[in-house]
Amino acid sequence: MTYNFHDEMNKPERLVGGHRLCAGCGASVAVRGVLRALEEGDRAVVANATSCLEVSSFMYPYTAYEDSYIHSAFENAGATIGGVEAAYRVMKKKGKIDETFKFIAFGGDGGTYDIGLQSLSGAMERGHDMVYVCYDNEAYMNTGIQRSSSTPRFTDATTSPAGTVEPGKRQNKKNLTEILAAHDIPYAAQTTFWGNFKDLHEKSHKAIYTEGPAFLNVLSPCPRGWRYDPADLAEICKLAVNTRVWPLYEIEEGTWKLNYEPRKKVPVVEFLKRQGRFAHMFEPGNEWMIEESQKYVDQQWEKLLKKCR
Amino acid sequence: MAIKDRLSGNEAVAIAMRQINPDVMGAFPITPSTEIPQYFSSYVANGEVDTEFVAVESEHSAMSTCIGAQAAGARAVTATSSCGMALMWELLYVAASDRLPITMALVNRALTGPININNDHSDSMGARDTGWIQLYSENNQEAYDNFLMAMPIGEHQAVQLPVMVCQDGFITSHAVENMELLEDEKVKKFVGEYQPENYLLKKDGTLAIGPYGISAYYMDFKMQQVEAMKQAKPVILEVAKKFKEMTGRSYGFFEEYEMADAEAALVIIGSSAGTAKAAVDQMRKEGRKVGLIKLRVFRPFPMEELAAALSKVGAVAVMDKAEGFSNAGGPLFADVRSALYDLENRPKAINYVYGLGGRDIKTTDFEAIYEELFRILKTGVTGPVYRHIGQREE
Repeated sequence: MTYNFHDEMNKPERLVGGHRLCAGCGASVAVRGVLRALEEGDRAVVANATSCLEVSSFMYPYTAYEDSYIHSAFENAGATIGGVEAAYRVMKKKGKIDETFKFIAFGGDGGTYDIGLQSLSGAMERGHDMVYVCYDNEAYMNTGIQRSSSTPRFTDATTSPAGTVEPGKRQNKKNLTEILAAHDIPYAAQTTFWGNFKDLHEKSHKAIYTEGPAFLNVLSPCPRGWRYDPADLAEICKLAVNTRVWPLYEIEEGTWKLNYEPRKKVPVVEFLKRQGRFAHMFEPGNEWMIEESQKYVDQQWEKLLKKCR
Repeated sequence: MAIKDRLSGNEAVAIAMRQINPDVMGAFPITPSTEIPQYFSSYVANGEVDTEFVAVESEHSAMSTCIGAQAAGARAVTATSSCGMALMWELLYVAASDRLPITMALVNRALTGPININNDHSDSMGARDTGWIQLYSENNQEAYDNFLMAMPIGEHQAVQLPVMVCQDGFITSHAVENMELLEDEKVKKFVGEYQPENYLLKKDGTLAIGPYGISAYYMDFKMQQVEAMKQAKPVILEVAKKFKEMTGRSYGFFEEYEMADAEAALVIIGSSAGTAKAAVDQMRKEGRKVGLIKLRVFRPFPMEELAAALSKVGAVAVMDKAEGFSNAGGPLFADVRSALYDLENRPKAINYVYGLGGRDIKTTDFEAIYEELFRILKTGVTGPVYRHIGQREE
């Protein structure tokens, strides 16, 4: 299968226009990108954790999804889609269904890294044939940009504000993709909106068509929370990858693979300076924050390289 | 021919589940309901059912699994108790609002604070406003029978609501009693197939479930649930009638015991009704006009019917096996006394909270309660309305 950007972009959308997400939001780009990897004729049941995505895409009486869809609560998208998948298996066995269905859950970092982690871990461990996609925008955006365990250190979020004695969030970002990889599921990957979307597309296809549980972590910037110009979404993603803040990698049946190694190391400061959430790091006396950020990214990168060799 | 057997309440419910052969069971162990998923998983292991048994990592995920499965078009069941049901709390509302007729075997146990594994009704009483139908059982036979009637009620086109079938932890769930089982084929015929109109995996068409319902719509969702709960009342009686035709066993919203000429009555739920009946029998032998009403259906609440049944009584004691901390009586009392308000000649009503965390209540306690009702009848003085019985005195 060779990837053709033009063909992919001309496929009928499975998340259609009319939803209420902000301009420049990564969530809908992630959903459309993932659902585009579904093969023609295959049906899907999409689940959402409570999130910006959910309240914007299924406000009664309108749904933006062409496929069947379920939302139940914030912390249980993993278990909910697992229940749907269990029903599918038994109904198929009983001859009540003959079509092929795929099961895809989307949650933000709040619903995935934090409140929904147990439900996700359980669903992955039980081996449901499903894909869980985290659209990671690094804070609780739906309630107004509060810090999550995915929020990077020093971020100025509304429950980790940068103040006269606090540097913004004190803790580093949780490495969720590695936690999911530790479940020894058949497929886990990190991606974002990169270049011609080939990386997102191929990983989505693998995730959907690998039997058993799969996990995708998609860095999905939020213009309100990150404070960038909505037109710059692609540029912000590109910087996240080239600064090694968000490496593109996958773990297939236990084998770690780095999918892209930036030819030239771009300093983290290039990523930071484009976003209002890091603005305080550029005030006089706060140079140490930028240094610490660079140091942390370098350490994480080295650790990842070792796993991928 | 009915099958005579000796079973615990948990095993009886597990057998009912096996006979029904549901599509999905999502469950997490908690005392005293643990045996139900244990028995059931052995049926799965031995190929006696087609069910997908999803051994989840929490009760929250158990209910989430059931919601996903039932929405998909499958029949889903679970079993839990106490804190397990408390962990499902927010999803109980979701299941009811989504109109998913999930069936839960609830083995009533006290809620933690302090931790206690014995019976009271604080778990299901706390969930009385979630929009689930609640059926209560006095003994193993009733637990089994109620479970068989749950799906025909909940899945009825006019209802489409989840049902919890309650039995008392240990007292009923673990005590082995003589009972009658139905043949598998009879159960399958009685319960039938689950045939929802719309579901996620439907062949020609999609379904979106669980929307964001803004204030322009939310209240109308609730009104539909109100209507469904109203419709549940005739359906509950209709299903009971069919069940009686098959088994000879009679069920209504409540059971009236020695109520025809009773002057003093109790209203009670669950296994303690058995103890109270023994007290009634003893006092009847002595010529005392006492009776009791054992409530089977608490949600929907049979307000008019209960008021009519109590209309000839002079004094009534409402027994709550749950504390509500309202300082004005337990949850059953609040509803029963409210039902009595519309009667022209209201009986005097008092409330006893009893049996919390498995504290025993004896026939002599019930006799003392009846004596108190006769004292009220004689003097016309009710005294304190909100009372407790069985606690330490000093």
